[in-house]
Amino acid sequence: MSFMEWAVQLSVIFIGLSILVIFLRLVIGPSIENRIVALDLLSANAIAFIAVYSIQKNTTTFLDVGIIVALLAFLGTVAFAFYLGRRKRQ
Amino acid sequence: MMELLSGTLLLLGTFFILLSAIGILKMPDLYTRMSATTKASTLGIGLVLIGTTLYWQDFGIASRSIAIILFLFLTAPVAAHIIGRAAYFGGEPLWDETRIDELQGKQKNNHS
Repeated sequence: MSFMEWAVQLSVIFIGLSILVIFLRLVIGPSIENRIVALDLLSANAIAFIAVYSIQKNTTTFLDVGIIVALLAFLGTVAFAFYLGRRKRQ
Repeated sequence: MMELLSGTLLLLGTFFILLSAIGILKMPDLYTRMSATTKASTLGIGLVLIGTTLYWQDFGIASRSIAIILFLFLTAPVAAHIIGRAAYFGGEPLWDETRIDELQGKQKNNHS
């Protein structure tokens, strides 16, 4: 087992572990802002997982999905913040 | 040689991503949580994507990775600022031990 395979296995394990930890914050988050931050971080971790997974499975098509996930995460965060500001203002 | 560099970058990025996950779980209030996660996860994803680029050594992969990195570095501070602003003016409580709150009493002026 070469160093590269070892590093990729370890990265997949630890990124999956951090996704589980962020899900914990998403479940217990005391307010809706905490949940929005957790969702943003979750999509960021999904991009890193996609990059590592493309090395592990030896295919390059998944990186396009990463671009779309990054775009949708930013759009979703901005939309959530917009409606949050409108709700509190009234 | 290039594989060694690529694997090291992957492990370093994974370490920063794990740090951001621990930060969002253990930090005391929303603002310190955002401070931990925005910086650490942006750096971690950048390192992981640079490691992926060095592993493939292909122009298409490199352009996609650089596009993702640039987009994340541009949008992560904007998203954190917008969420922090909405949370502060919406009345999200600060940590008990917060010393300086420079926006205190300015809600009416900035709210419009």
